[in-house]
Amino acid sequence: MLLEYIKQPWPWYISGPLIALVMYLLLKQGKDFGMSNNLRTMCTLLGAGKSSSFFRFDWKTQSWNLLVVLGTAIGGFVAHYFLSDGSAAQINAKSVADLKELGIIDHLQGYLPESIFIFNGTWSQFLILSISGLLIGFGTRYAGGCSSGHAISGLSNFQLPSLIAVIGFFLGGIIMVHFLFPIIFA
Amino acid sequence: MKAVKFILIGILFGIILYKSEAASWYRIYEMFQFRSFHMYGMIGTALATAIIIVQIIKRKQIKDSNGMQIAFQAKDKSITRYLVGGTIFGLGWALSGACPGPMFALIGSGYWTLGIVLIFAILGTWIYGLLRHKLPH
Repeated sequence: MLLEYIKQPWPWYISGPLIALVMYLLLKQGKDFGMSNNLRTMCTLLGAGKSSSFFRFDWKTQSWNLLVVLGTAIGGFVAHYFLSDGSAAQINAKSVADLKELGIIDHLQGYLPESIFIFNGTWSQFLILSISGLLIGFGTRYAGGCSSGHAISGLSNFQLPSLIAVIGFFLGGIIMVHFLFPIIFA
Repeated sequence: MKAVKFILIGILFGIILYKSEAASWYRIYEMFQFRSFHMYGMIGTALATAIIIVQIIKRKQIKDSNGMQIAFQAKDKSITRYLVGGTIFGLGWALSGACPGPMFALIGSGYWTLGIVLIFAILGTWIYGLLRHKLPH
């Protein structure tokens, strides 16, 4: 019966405090909660230290971070295959209508729109995936953190820089969905 | 084993990201349209709980598992890097629907195309490292 409950989508008031719990567990291990540092560590592992001093550090000191994202991937696997009933996120009906009009979906299904994330070999799709990756990787390091490092870790410690970063996140997000989506998906 | 602890914390995080629907592209889209409370409720309760945790750690001077007092680093003061970097990240977050945490949870759940996003995110971080001295911070 508990499993039946877990298999349903979790309400925000359960998920939110649980994310803070993850932050606490990492702090207890003497580490900071911030996911984007992994990207830097991976650069170092791939030899980026030869091209920039920014990547010249002993990656082993950050290996814990790689273990956390390895776990995160395993967690996604476990949640998807064993703890889900397969229902799509029930988002606002107006947003669904907008997505249909943009031609991104014809019906709501799964976690991601298939037209973008089920690879069909087109350049347009590859460009969307690669450019979004570049923006994420570049932006998060420039800003010194992502949603976890700034919106949760930084803000909970009342860091003004984190508030500015979060304002930036929303500025970028709003520009993308309101102004760029109609151009990209025209 | 410390390594096992980090993997377990990661597994918990991955399950939460997936089950909370924070890993859903649609939830991020809807959030940037300000049409649902779901993501705001989640980030808000995460933040409220985190604030309480940080305050308790500071006031009770709680130590980590190595016996060291848990310290919080102040972020460097600046506006440009946070605003410009944040905006660039926001553009990518809204387009891919995934920030660096959910990205890994989604790869694990079988959406392998997020691997393309990840490879280019690594490349984007690399490009930042190369250009760092030329950028306003």
